Parts: sequence; structure tokens; C-alpha cells
Amino acid sequence: MATAKLIGASIKRREDPRFLTGKGNYTDDLKLAGMTYAIFVRSPHANAKIVAIDTAKARQQPGVVAIFTGKDMVGVNSLPCGWLLPELKIPPHMPLASDAARCVGDPVAIVIGESLEAARDAAELVAVDWQVLPSVTNTEKAAGPGAVQIHEVAPNNVAFNWEIGDAAATDAAFKSAPIVTKKRIVNQRLVANAIEPRACVARYEAATGEWTLWVTSQNPHVHRLLMCAFVLGIPEHKVRVIAPDVGGGFGSKIFLYNEETVCTWATREIKRPIRWTAERTESFQTDAHGRDHITDAEMALSKEGKILGFRVTTTANLGAYLSTFAPAVPTYLYGTLLNGVYEMGAIHCKVSGVFTNTTPVDAYRGAGRPEACYAIERMIDVAAAACKMDPIELRRKNFIPKFDNGYQTKVALTYDSGDYGPPLDKVLAMLDYKKFRAEQAAGRTQGKLIGVGFSTYIEACSIAPSKVVGSLGAQAGLWESGKVQVQPTGGVTVFTGSHSHGQGHETTMAQIVADHLGIPMDTIDIVHGDTGRVPFGMGTYGSRSASVGGTAILMSINKIKEKGKKIAAHLLEASPNDMDFADGKFFVKGSPEKNVPFGQVALTAYVPHNYPEGLEPGLEETSFYDPSNFCFPFGAHACVVEVDPDTGHVTILRYIAVDDVGNVINPMIVDGMVHGGIAQGVAQALWEGAVYDDASGQLVTGSFMDYALPRAEMLTSYETDRTETPTPVNPLGVKGAGETGTIASTPAVVNAVVDALAGMGVDHIEAMPLTSERVWKIIQAAKAKK
Amino acid sequence: MKTTVSMTINGAKQSHEVEPRLLLVHYIRELAGLTGTHVGCDTSQCGACTIHLNGQAVKSCTLLAVQCDGAQIKTIEGMATDGNLHPIQNAFWEKHGLQCGFCTPGMIMSAAQLLERNPKPTEQEIRHGLDGNLCRCTGYHNIVKAIQYAAETMAAR
Repeated sequence: MATAKLIGASIKRREDPRFLTGKGNYTDDLKLAGMTYAIFVRSPHANAKIVAIDTAKARQQPGVVAIFTGKDMVGVNSLPCGWLLPELKIPPHMPLASDAARCVGDPVAIVIGESLEAARDAAELVAVDWQVLPSVTNTEKAAGPGAVQIHEVAPNNVAFNWEIGDAAATDAAFKSAPIVTKKRIVNQRLVANAIEPRACVARYEAATGEWTLWVTSQNPHVHRLLMCAFVLGIPEHKVRVIAPDVGGGFGSKIFLYNEETVCTWATREIKRPIRWTAERTESFQTDAHGRDHITDAEMALSKEGKILGFRVTTTANLGAYLSTFAPAVPTYLYGTLLNGVYEMGAIHCKVSGVFTNTTPVDAYRGAGRPEACYAIERMIDVAAAACKMDPIELRRKNFIPKFDNGYQTKVALTYDSGDYGPPLDKVLAMLDYKKFRAEQAAGRTQGKLIGVGFSTYIEACSIAPSKVVGSLGAQAGLWESGKVQVQPTGGVTVFTGSHSHGQGHETTMAQIVADHLGIPMDTIDIVHGDTGRVPFGMGTYGSRSASVGGTAILMSINKIKEKGKKIAAHLLEASPNDMDFADGKFFVKGSPEKNVPFGQVALTAYVPHNYPEGLEPGLEETSFYDPSNFCFPFGAHACVVEVDPDTGHVTILRYIAVDDVGNVINPMIVDGMVHGGIAQGVAQALWEGAVYDDASGQLVTGSFMDYALPRAEMLTSYETDRTETPTPVNPLGVKGAGETGTIASTPAVVNAVVDALAGMGVDHIEAMPLTSERVWKIIQAAKAKK
Repeated sequence: MKTTVSMTINGAKQSHEVEPRLLLVHYIRELAGLTGTHVGCDTSQCGACTIHLNGQAVKSCTLLAVQCDGAQIKTIEGMATDGNLHPIQNAFWEKHGLQCGFCTPGMIMSAAQLLERNPKPTEQEIRHGLDGNLCRCTGYHNIVKAIQYAAETMAAR
């Protein structure tokens, strides 16, 4: 192996110049000859029967190309659910609803115009005769008495009941435990809000019978497979799906949605390309939402503060339909993480998934793991208070001791490698914990409410071993592809099934290739996001690109090297077994002066005049990597806040994060992802939340004026550091860095606010976000009690 | 009823027949063909569409194209000169002030105005000055660092 030079270096991103100069290539930037423009007619009601749709008047509008309703889409099937659970109730989810709409924003017709304005004007004239029905949007009320029934197949609106862990052992632990704590934890609904709205351009070419779909996708092959095979029934090989530059995803662009499906169907009908781009309000109404759990969490402890039992009962709101991977999020991505970084005597978790008249809920950055981490880390602080122990002491007392290769949890997973003390030690040193507590105590005497909150988290990423996820209900394999194509002149084109929508793969993956082939980065191109060029790949989510996608590339590099050794050995009249490769040269072991440079081997492979007998020409290898396990990043975060006693306003004074994501390819990029993740997690704690009006079922927070996406002034600079515990799972030793910040930060912030108010007798706050109003009310209630 | 508007964008004369309701951002993107200016919302909150109108940073989604007849407009495509990145563009590159790149053009246009008005801003002043621009990737940390770095490099010139 070549000496690592670029892996581990903060190389500036190669993709940046095009973004910095306005030359990015996003879906809505695309212009095609004969382009038409689509507007969707959507339900203004949360729950309503469609009596009739009258499009006659709209069709007479100038500039209208076509209007279609669900009834026109003959032979088209329901959007599929890609993750099944035992006895899961799967209601149909048609691309255009024709019998009823079950949430605000449900699309019922597509209006296609010569211009966007023409389409918009005509869409206004589509008359839908609605029979409005009562609705239920509230997570807690969905399965309760009197709630409206949303789907015939799902009595009481229950989609599934699921459990994990050992109920009997957990019950026994609680019976004998001297200390038992119980809290209700509301993990509110969030909207991912990538700044680029979802968009697509669909084009059908009648002459060849081929489609091209440009779509804001984190996984174009998955989009193609689901849309072709399950919904439209068109041959997959006739459709090319391109996900060009995509402006952020955070999970929301994984899923197959109604709009790209309808546009792909409609382009064949009208034989012209169609462009659709969501307006932000449509994004709020139709991008899959995240979180939305109500949980009763109980922790049993010994007098010494050892965790004897952890019992968790959760209701998860799934929205009106099952989004692509919805059932996995509150189950296998949640219940399996409830062991945290702690030795626990017994764990039991029950989850009930319910339908409501709301936007479907699916993976949003972290997906299940933030909810698990929040429940654990909040309950750890509650337990520390109940045991009258410092939260640091309770954490340390229960940490799983350092291990290098495997720790079997009580909820199915086997952690890869971990050493949970050092990140916390670093955080405490950066914070100067003793000094902080002294300042806090001094401040309290003057009525100053400052607090610190910790979160020592773990998460499961590098998703995932196909056999394992298959046994748990996934309808897909979760491997990744990586093709390395060496050109005759020595340049290298790498095709990865991973997709970058901000992660910087064009840089990090080139760092891997450059190091391992010993060639300059500028001779390497990374291609992604195009089913017409890249081998079938599973895409980017679950912090899997470097670990799973990167390893697939590395496997191909190794195959290239093996073939190269044979070619070089032939040129040097040596035995292939005696060959080695380093720094871009194939050489005879022990005699580095007898060598052939990589470029000469490449040329020889394509001009095989002097060539080993029986060896195929060409130098191109493809690999598919299926990991043997998830990877488990961990770390410690601390947040320091000040609460204004008069207004309840929370100010973040410091935010410290020490993460262990295994080996790091590009520290600058990892830090950047950690920063962004922290911002999203802090925002859940303090500001964000999707709100539905109980009575009307309307999404009240349907724009950036109503939904508090954080702005620069609301946040602070973050202090970051790392420990590095390589994973034994993959040869790069990388775990995954895309979601740690989001997973870790929410409980750190809430724990800090609770700590600030602890002097007033507050040990828990049930619901987020901790807006000034909510905190002020808590302060008033605490004062009233005294 | 269409009406003709003319404006100069990045030094080039543009003239098009437009509907009176056409927003400036759509004029820039669809008619002038400059797609570096982005649309991230429909309520003038996100700032992805920020451009310079007669030297002032404005959100091009809050103006009608017909209001800008005769205007001088600069977009992200006009920031680099002779193939050299503007110091702010370079600073965003150096300090990793972008990830997905979608908010970046608006951020850079806002940052340019910010530094023009206040060449030596504090971190708090930078954060306040970015109030009209949303980023979902960076948590703003490196955007702030980039603008600080740009201020330093521009002062040194």
C-alpha cells in the first residue's frame, strides 16, 4: 500500500469552484427544447372524499398542454413501501389520489402548461368537489377512541405494533430496583428543509422508447427501481435517472415521491419534457417529515447508580401513508439503539406506528437514532438527579468498557469498536468543568440561570449488511458499488453508487483513490448520480458513503493493482508473486529500481502487444461491497446555555463536540458536517417544530415565516475535537460522520436548559422546542410551586 | 399583456418581453439564462436569490422584473473577474463555507454588501448581517469564518 498522504488531510473541495461561481447544475437549472411546466392541484383539506374533479374550464385556458387526474393513470400502481414489518398494514398510496385525500397537500391532478404561469392559472380553475371529513393529526389521539378511520386496512389507524428486548427481564429489574424514574418525552415533528426544493425534469423520447428523469435524489438507482418496477411497470433499462447537483437532502430526497412518478408517466402521454419544481410551501406539505414520537421512558437504577433496566413505550406518527422506508425508522433504527454507550441490566421497547392525516414521516438526518439518543440521554440526566449524582459520574459509572472488536447489546446490535471515556474527558477539559460548576453556583446566587448539558451518544451508520437488514424487513440490499476505470493515458474515472448532495465526495473519494494508486488527484474524476453511467448503487443516507461506497472503490483499486502486477511482472520478466506496488509504481519486491510506473501499465493494458498470455486487455474493475456490520460512531457533546429568568429566552454560550467517527479522510469536511448536524439538532431543541391545527388538520407551519429554521445569529461557533477509534468493519477504518451532530446535540441542549433551571426544582421538560414561551411557563410553574 | 424590460446584468445588456407579474429572479434564471441565482422559498426568507441591484444587495424574488427596467444588476456569475475568484468566493473555498452549494450564491452576494458597509465586522456583526440568508448544511460556522477571512484578505489588498 502506498504511504497515506492525502487521507487525513484537509484538502480543499474540488467541487467548490462551480458552486462558488454560480455554475452548479441543479435540476431546476435544466432547460430542454419543448419544455413544459407542471403544477400540481393539491388537497386543501386534511381528510376529504373526492366527489368529482372538473377540469373542463381549466383546459380552455391559454397555454394549457394537458391535465391529468388519477383516473387517467390507468394501470399505474401504488407507491411502494420498501421496508416491511410483521403484520404491517400497507394502505394504497396512489401517485394522484382519486378517491380521497388524506392530508393537506395530497396531489389530485397535474396541470401541464407551455409556461409555469399558464399552468398555474389553469390549476386555479380545476374544480374539485370535496366532501370534507373530520381529521386526526395528533400522534396521541390517532389510535384513540373516536378518531376518524383513515384507511380501511388499518383498524384504529394502527400500522404496526413492534417490540424488541426482553420484557420479562426488564419487568423483573424494575420490580427489585430501589430507584425508578419515569418521564414522558415528546420528540416533535420536524421538516428537513434542504434549501433546494425537490424538483424533476422528465423526458420521453418516442423514437427510442427511452426516458430520462432528472430528479433531486440521494439515490437515483433506487428511485428508478421503485418507480419502474413497482409503480409504472416500465422496463428499468429504458429509464435513465440523473441526480445532478442536489442542494441538500438530509433524508428527504431518498424517497420515491408522487411528483416525479406522475411527471415520468405524463411525459410519455404528451411526448414533451416536463419540469416540476416545488415551491417551499409544497416542500413543507409534501417532503417526508421526521421524528414525531411520544414516548414513556422508565429507567431503573441501583442505589449506586447502575442502570438495571430501561423500558420505553413509543407511539410513532407515520403520517397519512407509508413513505418508502417509514416503518424502519421508529423500529430498527430506534429500538436497536436504546442500549446507548451504557451497560444496562435489561431493555424492553414497544413501538406502535399510527396513521394520521399528516404528511408522511420517514428518515430525517439521524432517523430514529436521534429519537433513541434523546430518550437515553434525557433519562440519564433524570436518573442522575434521582440518584443525587453528578450526570458525569452516572455516565462514567455505566459506560461500556473499552472494546476493539464487538460488544453485544441487549437490543440485537453488536457494536464494532468503542472507547467511550476519552471523548467525555476531552469535552470536560475543553469546558473546564470544575470551574464551570463554580461559576454556575456563584451565578445562581445572583439570579443568573446558566446550565450545562451533556450527551454521550452512539449511533449506527454505514448502513448496512444486506442479510441483516433483509431479515429485519428491508426489501433492498444495502451494499454499494464502485467502479474504477483507468484510461489508456493513465487518468482514472471512478463511478460510485454513492451520491453527493453536499458531502464532498468528488474530493474525499479522490483522496482515497489518489493515495491508494499513488497518482495525483487531478488525474482522477469522480462520477456519481447517473444510472446511465454508474453501476447500480444504493445511494447516500445513513452516513454510508465513505465507509460502504469508499470501500467498494477501494476493492476495485485492489483488483486494478492485482491485474497491474501481472502486467508489470510480464514487462519486467518477473513473477507476479514477486511484485509490489507503492507510490504509483509496480516494482519487484526488494528491488524498487526494477519498476514500471502506473501510467505505463495502463497503456500496456490497452495496447497489449507485449502482454501476459491469457490476460484480458483493459484496466477497469467493478466491485460491490456489502458490509459485515454497521459502524458505530460515538462521542461526547456539551452545551452551555443561559436562560433569561424574565423572558425564558435561551442563549447558547458554548457548544463543544468531541466525536469519534473512526478514521477521518478529510478533517475539514468532517468538521463541516458536524457543524451542520449540530445546528439541526440544536434547532430541534430550541426552535423547530411542525405544527398541525388539531381542529382543521392544517399544517400551521407551512413556510419559513412560521417554521423556525435557524439563522446565523441564533447559533454560535462550535468547538470541535475528535478521538479516532478505527472500525474493524471496513479496511478504511472509517465509521461515518454525516449524522453524529444531529443525533448528539438535541439532548445536550435540553439537558443544559434543565440544568440551568435545576435550582428551581425542574428535572425535566416534556416537549420541545424550548421556545421562550415554553421555558417562561416552566419558570412560572416552578416559582408557583415554591 | 406583455411589456418590454431592459437591464444590464453583469455588464451585458438584456431586453425581453415579459408578463408584468414575472419576478426578477425568474427573469434572471429563465430569460437571461443565469441559473446561479437560486430560489429556495416563496416568502422572501431564504436569501438564495440575493443579487445586487444598482449596488444594493436585494432578494430578487421580492421584485418584479418590470420594476428593474434600466437597472444595473450583478449576479454571482459576475463576481469573478478575468477568471479570478472574488476574495469572498475564494474565502468560502478556503474556509469550507459551503456544502451543497445551493445557498452559496446568495450568501456571497450578501457577504459582499456586508463587507462593503463594514470592512472589519465582528463575528456578531457577521451573524447579524446574514439574517436574510438561510443555510441548512454548514450551521453557519464556516460561513462566518469565510467572511472573516475575506475581510482580512480584502483589507490586505
